[in-house]
Amino acid sequence: MGDARKPAATGADIRLSGVSKRYGDIVAVDEIELTIPGGAYCCLLGPSGCGKTSTLRMIAGHETISSGEIAIGGQVVNGLAPAQRPTAMMFQNYALFPHLNCLDNVAFSLKMQGVGKTERHDKARELLSLVHMEGFAARLPAQLSGGQQQRVALARALVTNPQVLLLDEPLSALDPFLRVRMRDELRRLQIELGITFVHVTHSQEEAMALADLIVVMDHGRIEQVGAPRTVYSEPATLFVARFIGGHNIITGTVAEQGNGIATLSGPGGQRFRVPSPSVPTGASIAFAVRADKIALEKAAQTQSTDGHSGALPGTVTSVEYQGAWVQVGLDAAGVDEFTVALNESAFFDQPVEVGDQVSAVWALEHVHLLAGAPIAGAEPY
Amino acid sequence: MSFYLLAGVFALFVLFLYGPMGTIIVLSFQGSQGGLTFPMDGVSTFWFSKLMEGVGVVDIWAAFRRSIRLGLIVMLLTVVFSVAAGLAFRKRFLGAGTLFYVVVASLIVPSIVVSLGIGLEFRLIDDQVRAVGGSLGVTSIVEDYTTSMGLFTSALGAHLTWTLPFGLLIMFAVFNRFDKSYEEAARDLGASDWQSFRHVVLPIIAPSLIGVALFGFTLSYDELARSSQAAGDLNTLPLELQGLTTTVTTPEIYALGTVTTGVSFTVILLALGLVLWLRRRRERHGTDAGQGMV
Repeated sequence: MGDARKPAATGADIRLSGVSKRYGDIVAVDEIELTIPGGAYCCLLGPSGCGKTSTLRMIAGHETISSGEIAIGGQVVNGLAPAQRPTAMMFQNYALFPHLNCLDNVAFSLKMQGVGKTERHDKARELLSLVHMEGFAARLPAQLSGGQQQRVALARALVTNPQVLLLDEPLSALDPFLRVRMRDELRRLQIELGITFVHVTHSQEEAMALADLIVVMDHGRIEQVGAPRTVYSEPATLFVARFIGGHNIITGTVAEQGNGIATLSGPGGQRFRVPSPSVPTGASIAFAVRADKIALEKAAQTQSTDGHSGALPGTVTSVEYQGAWVQVGLDAAGVDEFTVALNESAFFDQPVEVGDQVSAVWALEHVHLLAGAPIAGAEPY
Repeated sequence: MSFYLLAGVFALFVLFLYGPMGTIIVLSFQGSQGGLTFPMDGVSTFWFSKLMEGVGVVDIWAAFRRSIRLGLIVMLLTVVFSVAAGLAFRKRFLGAGTLFYVVVASLIVPSIVVSLGIGLEFRLIDDQVRAVGGSLGVTSIVEDYTTSMGLFTSALGAHLTWTLPFGLLIMFAVFNRFDKSYEEAARDLGASDWQSFRHVVLPIIAPSLIGVALFGFTLSYDELARSSQAAGDLNTLPLELQGLTTTVTTPEIYALGTVTTGVSFTVILLALGLVLWLRRRRERHGTDAGQGMV
């Protein structure tokens, strides 16, 4: 990619203070506090209806802010129209104007500013070449594939030299193969331009692959903000652990407490030891263990050596070969969907079959306590 | 089995739809000695040439020109008002529902009643004008004023009561399918409300507007009931035609019918052609065929 373009303006930081969005009685975004550093690739991640798109649209200026304040590059933008903000938005379906060819689509904002035809077409060509679409200048959007349309939409958004690019589910309209390719390209473009990207997605895989900073949202609130690795290895809440995937969640009641270690009584009468700063006896808590940090032992023997948290006896319900690892599903008393991801060689050293009685064991250090009251059922809240 | 049954029903439907028109067209080529009904007495264009010379005492070509001119004005106003109303109804406003029903109710009220009402209204206006003229002592009004009714006042209004609800309904369908993110994208790219309408909304809905225009013109061009009590001194073509059916007893009336139907079809074909041409032109600009490797 390109020498076609001088380094753009550096990315502006975005600060949201107590920002809410209400539609009548419905609260879509609930007093969120968030700072996105300039030049970062930030993913707003969450299920549909979590408020991530409303948040993005408020930053863009396409949605009024019910209360709170949004500042971009230190300047409060609450009352500003979208075009007056140093942002550009790429819409979910790209919203390329169907009656204009690629060149005129990209040159649109310059035309609105009254820039002359030659000048705006030159600039538009420059941007089309940035996204490798210079050969398609005369095509109509309908004559392009999804990936090509996305590139043109990117060029159109970037033509205004924004300091922040806002992307609303940019990859959701593409097929899986193209999604991965465009993902790479978005990331490369962001690094090359050095501007702030805010990318809304419901795919944790996409967020992990792209983001410097992941903001996990649910029910209009921020559940966790952090680097992908932090979010994955230290999910802050039950919701994050469930949403991000790859975790097993176990709930229990504190039976004993001492030396910073609490002993939990599990739903099926199992005993687990968890590192616990200060949880009163009788309290109900939940913890997560990553599926890839668990080992399987064939004999259903209970180990309670110092380094171990405990053992979960169960029956193997599925064995899926995944190449680098083997995914084993367990049916254990009181725990739904318990998955173990064994590395290939570990599995074949001691293979198990569906129906085998096994014990899942993990080290104390891999226990991760979760905030949020554990309630039976699929949804944490 | 069911295929043949349904095909038969469909054939009957088509026959009912186009049979009458076909009969008129065929009979308009009646031989010069032929009558108003079958059998044909040879084939000729005799009645068309007779038509060219005029039909009896009425100037049919003047009526033709009047109807076309009125149709074009109705067409223009229908497009402008329908688009404006369609845009307005995209926003929620107080009384939107009531207003919609008031507009559409005009389609349900019998045409002849609408026409009578408009006629009466204009008579009231005339009375007022005369009264005011008389009390002010303006002799020109007292002596020369006849009526404010006319083709481009009362008849125009009568036609609009028919075409505007249709136009609005079409615009509803158009804007229902219209993706709002186009306008948001335009706004994001710095377009003002007017620029967004002019450069984005209007070009995208343009093909549908040709449809609205077509409706406006053809509904006006062949409107009879609503014109009947509201046309004023000069008649529209359908009114003249209705008069002629009772006085003319030759196939000339069929020739006239063929010509007017021809005008309607020409307008429709022109409009469709325009849509196709616009689409082709856009696509041709977009293709890179013949430009070699890119």
